[in-house]
Amino acid sequence: MNVIVCVKQIPDPAMPGELDSSTNTLKREGKLILDESDSYGVEMALQLVASAGEGEVSLVSMAPNSEVSGLRTALAMGASKGILVSDPNLLGSDALTTAKVLAAAIGRLGGADLIIAATESSDGYTGTVPEQMAEVLGLPSVTFAKHVEVADGALKVNRQTEEVYGEVTCPVPAVTSVTAGVVEPRYPSFKGIMAAKSKPVETVTAADLGVTPVGWDGAGQTISNITKAEARKAGEIIEDDGEGYTKIVAFLENLKVI
Amino acid sequence: MNIWVFAQENNGAPTTSTLELLTKARSVAEGSGGSVSAFVGGDASAIAAGLGEHGATKVYATGDLGGKLPGVAVSAAMKAVIGGGDSPDLIMFPQNYEGRDVMARLSVKLDRTVLTNNIDISAEGDSVSVTTPVFGGNVLVTTTFTSGGPHLAAFRPKSFAAEASGGGVPEVVAAPVPDLGAVGAATVVAEHVEESHGPKLDEANIVVSGGRGLGEASKYEMIEQLAKLLKGAPGASRAIVDAGWVPYSYQVGQTGKVVKPTVYVAAGISGATQHMVGMKGSKNIIAVNKDEEAPIFGVADLGIVGDVHKVLPKLIEALRSR
Repeated sequence: MNVIVCVKQIPDPAMPGELDSSTNTLKREGKLILDESDSYGVEMALQLVASAGEGEVSLVSMAPNSEVSGLRTALAMGASKGILVSDPNLLGSDALTTAKVLAAAIGRLGGADLIIAATESSDGYTGTVPEQMAEVLGLPSVTFAKHVEVADGALKVNRQTEEVYGEVTCPVPAVTSVTAGVVEPRYPSFKGIMAAKSKPVETVTAADLGVTPVGWDGAGQTISNITKAEARKAGEIIEDDGEGYTKIVAFLENLKVI
Repeated sequence: MNIWVFAQENNGAPTTSTLELLTKARSVAEGSGGSVSAFVGGDASAIAAGLGEHGATKVYATGDLGGKLPGVAVSAAMKAVIGGGDSPDLIMFPQNYEGRDVMARLSVKLDRTVLTNNIDISAEGDSVSVTTPVFGGNVLVTTTFTSGGPHLAAFRPKSFAAEASGGGVPEVVAAPVPDLGAVGAATVVAEHVEESHGPKLDEANIVVSGGRGLGEASKYEMIEQLAKLLKGAPGASRAIVDAGWVPYSYQVGQTGKVVKPTVYVAAGISGATQHMVGMKGSKNIIAVNKDEEAPIFGVADLGIVGDVHKVLPKLIEALRSR
């Protein structure tokens, strides 16, 4: 079984985010890391391929620069190869363009039995790309998967919904988006990290894939205003000296909720 | 401006998000001399009157989806109505699982962009702009649609207050799901409800949430005790939901519930952006965390820098003895 995982390389979420004042887009310069949300999909794919006993895990990713360090992390976990769509023209691309680009990259890899993505990225969190990609590819999809199995040519998913979860079955090929926690991602081993250095990553442009227009030209939206939200007033912060709980009791009393 | 709202049902009534969106749609439509319709993925007979009371003058209903997932089925039904010439200028979706899926599939069918995670909308003539908070809500970005309609936008829960308009029973129009072919092959074969006790998380007056700082799953019991003593609902950060300590339905944050209670207690929660988005609208915030640098203290009205394992048992004892 062959699985393709869509992975995003993002700025380190531990660093404060910033907007580029000239383009009004999120600054995504310098070193990018594998979005933690995507490590679940990579792990899921590796486990599914392992239990099928044959096949491989491939990666597709899109970035305005040619950064590959995030992809190398996924390769070090055990993925075999990747395509990076890297193109300065992609800056400002909306979710729909992203979906078209990723779908084209998946096509370049010859498709797969299963395509896995996270439910949303940690930096942009539009949360529509996997389902848009499925529509572009003309494939069925099961989103928000919290448990995934593949057996006898069918995908079986426990799908998260508002108040319930549903058991969903779907023939492959299909697209699924997996929630964080679906599996426990492995840490890349030293051997894996060394092997990842020589695994193939093909870098292509959006034009190579025949997807135009991209970036702001294809976005159908423009940022018209940016304002600072009203900050909350600074509160009272105290060090617990063993009696800190009395402050909470007094605070609750003052609000007349106890 | 003619507006559709993707309407959802819960236990025979329209969801709160649906009523919030209808209310806002009404004011946007009124300002531009248009109408508001609801689009239901399923049978609308139980909720049509409620949708009408909140401003929908027409209700499109697909009828029973027969186990098809709403994303693929409802978007196809919407596309069929739009293709038939009955096209809205704007479709408003709730920022939730089904809302996201329907708008995603429809965006490809219509070749239109999507704007998600919004908290506000404004219209001037044909121009529609939406506002979304970024960086945990510290910055508000307003984005304007530049292509033609229908514009597709999703809104976070509690962005607007739901108010009845006193409208009558709306006209219900059948909008059947066309043949989906291979893309419609996913089928729901069973559904499971997650049990919860006490007030609902997103309706509770007091919410007590626990995070990774609790150290281990068994310590979550303190959160439940405290919530019970305060007649509130227990909540959780994504970290401990992902770790499997509590069910997903407890999660407060970007991908969980958005809560705006009178009092929000964050215990052992550092305050990741993902969490803050879901609770920053609370009227009063109390935080207990041993790391004085934790971002949660930046939004707390009362912050106790201390160990939750010491502070919470004393607090529980004090409340119990009252």
